Amino acid sequence: MKHIIVVGNGMVGYKFCEKFVQKSEFKNFKITVFGEEPRPAYDRVHLSEFFENQDAKALEMAPAEWYADNNIDLITGERVSDISRQDKTIKTAKDREFSYDYLVLATGSSPFVPPIKGVEKEGVFVYRTIEDLEGMLAYAAKLKAEKPNAKAAVLGGGLLGLEAGKAVMDMGLEPHIVEFASKLMPRQLDLRSSQVLQLKLESIGLNIHLSKATNQILGNGSVVGLEFGEDDVLDVDMLIISAGIRPRDELGKNSGLEVGVRGGIVVNDKMQTSDEHIYAIGEIALYNQMIYGLVAPGYDMAGVAVEQIIGSTEVVMPADIDMSTKLKLIGVDVASFGEPFMPASKGHSIIFENKTQHLYKRINVSHDGKKLLGGILVGDASTYNMLHQIYLNGMAIPEDPSQLILPASDGASSFGDVTDLPDEAQVCSCESVTKGQICSAIENGEATDVAGVVSCTKAGTGCGGCKPMVADLTNATLKALGIEVKEGVCEHFELSRQDLYKIIQVKGYTKFNEVLDNHGTGGHGCELCKPLIASLMASINADTANKEYAIQDSNDRFLANIQRNGTYSVVPRVPGGEITPDKLIALGEIAKKYDLYTKVTGGVRIDLFGATLKQLPLIWKDLISHGFESGHAYGKSLRTVKTCVGSTWCRYGMAESVSFGIELENRYRGIRAPHKIKGGVSGCIRECAEARGKDFGLIAVEGGWNLYLGGNGGATPRHAELFAEQIDNETVIKYLDRYLMFYMRTAKPLQRTAAWQERLEGGLDYLKEVIIDDKLGIVEDLENEMQTLVNKFECEWTQAVNNPEMMKRFNHFVNSEEEDDNLVFVPMREQKMPEPWN
Amino acid sequence: MNAIAEKYKTVKIDDVKVWFKAAHVNDFPEDGGACVKYKDLQIAVFNFKRLNSWFACQNLSPEKEEMVLSRGMIGDHKGIPMVACPLHKKTFSLETGENLNGELEPIAIYPVKIEEENVYIGFSE
Ligand code: SRM
Ligand SMILES: Cc1cc2nc3c(=O)[nH]c(=O)nc-3n(C[C@H](O)[C@H](O)[C@H](O)COP(=O)(O)OP(=O)(O)OC[C@H]3O[C@@H](n4cnc5c(N)ncnc54)[C@H](O)[C@@H]3O)c2cc1C
Ligand code: SF4
Ligand code: FES
Repeated sequence: MKHIIVVGNGMVGYKFCEKFVQKSEFKNFKITVFGEEPRPAYDRVHLSEFFENQDAKALEMAPAEWYADNNIDLITGERVSDISRQDKTIKTAKDREFSYDYLVLATGSSPFVPPIKGVEKEGVFVYRTIEDLEGMLAYAAKLKAEKPNAKAAVLGGGLLGLEAGKAVMDMGLEPHIVEFASKLMPRQLDLRSSQVLQLKLESIGLNIHLSKATNQILGNGSVVGLEFGEDDVLDVDMLIISAGIRPRDELGKNSGLEVGVRGGIVVNDKMQTSDEHIYAIGEIALYNQMIYGLVAPGYDMAGVAVEQIIGSTEVVMPADIDMSTKLKLIGVDVASFGEPFMPASKGHSIIFENKTQHLYKRINVSHDGKKLLGGILVGDASTYNMLHQIYLNGMAIPEDPSQLILPASDGASSFGDVTDLPDEAQVCSCESVTKGQICSAIENGEATDVAGVVSCTKAGTGCGGCKPMVADLTNATLKALGIEVKEGVCEHFELSRQDLYKIIQVKGYTKFNEVLDNHGTGGHGCELCKPLIASLMASINADTANKEYAIQDSNDRFLANIQRNGTYSVVPRVPGGEITPDKLIALGEIAKKYDLYTKVTGGVRIDLFGATLKQLPLIWKDLISHGFESGHAYGKSLRTVKTCVGSTWCRYGMAESVSFGIELENRYRGIRAPHKIKGGVSGCIRECAEARGKDFGLIAVEGGWNLYLGGNGGATPRHAELFAEQIDNETVIKYLDRYLMFYMRTAKPLQRTAAWQERLEGGLDYLKEVIIDDKLGIVEDLENEMQTLVNKFECEWTQAVNNPEMMKRFNHFVNSEEEDDNLVFVPMREQKMPEPWN
Repeated sequence: MNAIAEKYKTVKIDDVKVWFKAAHVNDFPEDGGACVKYKDLQIAVFNFKRLNSWFACQNLSPEKEEMVLSRGMIGDHKGIPMVACPLHKKTFSLETGENLNGELEPIAIYPVKIEEENVYIGFSE
């Protein structure tokens, strides 16, 4: 039995273990792993997700039991301090000694902290471990409590620095990025693309400072600012340093292994260091005089080291390593692949730039015009996977290569689809999974859907960037095999939402159990199909959420939005945003009476927070007595129709936007749809109501309304598309009735109109044919169905407070009148908030 | 784990010392749940009508330590009866308390019996 000691339990050290235990030779080895961090290896690449939920477990590569189950000794929280190469032993910081046959160094790297005066001050952080993030969160919370507009800067505008900048923004601090170079992401982007990226980032609220050399970190004990030049100071309350990485090669240096001038332990293509019994992999390894700061090459190195140790000495590291990357910031697309900057001697570049739309695309093509050598995408990286594949596999490119990046005029894609890729094309570079492996997993029956492919090939489990491609490939392969691609809503139904809609409509079902027993796959339903079927029955029968409340989504069940601490928010409808002073006073008085936190929402109405279950009906009784009704802020239904003041007051107004907005809001209120619906009505092209960001939007023009459809804010913003021009009120309503009903009949679960419209085969033209030209002969049905829903509207809160049986559900306990004793509120400015989650 | 989570420990049927009469069966929605107070504990009780069984577990969601599980939706995952937390849809087995879609600590489970249309929950103290 040979003993392997792995030093470092990071991403690559873990991958070494994972790959080793899959080998039959593993039975002849014993592995002991030392990790300095207090927990088992976790997914550092997705570290920023920790800000969302502070769930360290969710990031684990494998739980501690995995190591034990596989006969690996994992010793966390213990640093290896010395190697004695003569005796083949190591010593730990706890002064324990262990002997090895093979030693694998996977110590990774640490953030480089430049020797600037003041780096030791309180409030200066690096961004590498969960502990770093915990420290930042605590500090940010403290800052925010002390001052409302605290600022934080990130030192370094590279890939990681920008990610840190986004994290700062998400923590609610004013974000600043300070970069020494004259451009952002200097290693991946050329000057022009970096300028486009800068515009984009500034538009979402990041402040960017280029060409700034930081001389000093100011502050008495804790950070208060950065000094660049004598009169050039940036006030900040917190600083995150992201100025590059330094390999943790202390062990190599101390034991006389060959190290590089700028650090890193030198390895050959077998991942062997200058001592044949010692291997180095991941961010510690200096291969081809380079440190590769990405996981994919590290994983490959882990695989090579495993093969070498078990004796498959022919498996070595390739000389060329792909360094293509995609930035994983939400809402900002940036990618570079192959050779992003290429000297003119090697080929020529084709560049497409549109600064107003924050778009920049560059591809580098060989002189003979046959090969793609690399490129940069900013603003829209949706073609990254495909371009990357063309580059990696040396695939043929169109005669006019500009087609690869120019927006196609006819909407058709200019490169073939995923099925054209060669079998050896590496689709998932993190886990080295090829197209061939994915297709054969389906062909030989190992997997029948995307989830199955992911679990049996591991594709998509790394950075996740390849997931869309894995899904496309899976679906294309299934189709080629003549297998219908399942669109079932969950394990209880193989039917799609659209099919279920038809079935419920035709059979007239009114109970969840009827649908499940007659059309389900067995079982008892779940959190996916229950609310879906509740919503379908509501869309078809005009039921309110009071019907069969136990199948309603948790917010619908209590007709309110659940908040962080299990209390609820209350949002009465304020159609069009128009409200009388008396009603405003009533809202204020009710909020005071029940001690509720109040704020004006982004949907131009007023939200009252912090109501307990028991208070909900009491509050609503008061609201209803003042003429309010449910605002359905909890439902997948119409939210608000936002209006501008329009021609009644505004000197530019062309039409009465408020009056029409109120009419539309009252028409569609309460109707259940696949997702929420929002509208907007602006009185002129200045568009103060942001109508084009809504599911439906109207803008008054000379001669009537322009109607826009399928807009969206949120995570994937999209402007609504112009559908009809200069139409009158009546035509607007006719088209909207048809549009909304058609959407309700055919969309997928939880699909907003924007996503639905985008994927509609035939696009906007088809939609016009259906809605305006009545190509399918259904407009009359659509209008009648909508009119029935409109006629049957009933305020569900009024319904609930007038029915003692329905009221029973609003009690915290069934056997006591007491309130939840676990609730803690803390003061915030002049109001209150729930105690923060720790 | 903090003090409030520690108050909840699974009770096996053999260890029941007290059968606490909680409420009438009609106080619980069919295929849904409600919360019962016992001493300083909050217990979520579910009337799983489709299985003709009753389940009880802690009302405390182990993810964020809020008292909400009784308001969650029930159903099954691959045949295991489960409840989905209303906050972030973490699902837990109602038979073993195990977190079915993550790595959270299991929740505590309590025995339930029905006698003369009354719901009783079993506690060890
Ligand atoms: C209260 C409010 C924020 C505020 O204080 O201003 C809010 C609060 C929530 N929004 Fe919002 N959104 C609010 C206006 C908006 C807006 C602005 C608007 O309506 O013009 C948007 C962008 C416009 C849009 O929807 O296209 C918006 C885009 C979202 C999204 C992203 C939707 C998307 O398609 O990408 C979600 C997530 C979702 O629905 O899946 C979301 C979800 C939520 C949820 C339900 C998150 C949650 O699960 O708890 C929040 C709970 C509401 C509550 O507790 O009452 N909220 N949310 C706003 C309520 C407006 C109202 O009066 O009803
Ligand atoms: C925020 C962030 C985002 C990133 N995003 C991406 C991305 O999108 N794509 C990408 O490819 N890469 C990304 N990376 C880089 C990626 O995380 C690293 O390439 C990868 O983690 C390297 O793995 P490793 O095992 O070599 O090093 P590490 O993961 O750093 O692991 C080394 C481990 O060894 C331990 N250790 C060190 N010395 C000792 C010792 N003497 N004794 C015991 N233990 C020791 C350390 O504590 C550490 O736990 C990102 C990194 C960060 C921080
Ligand atoms: S959109 Fe036109 S009508 Fe409305 S407020 Fe702006 S300028 Fe006035
Ligand atoms: S390429 Fe990163 S997960 Fe597949």
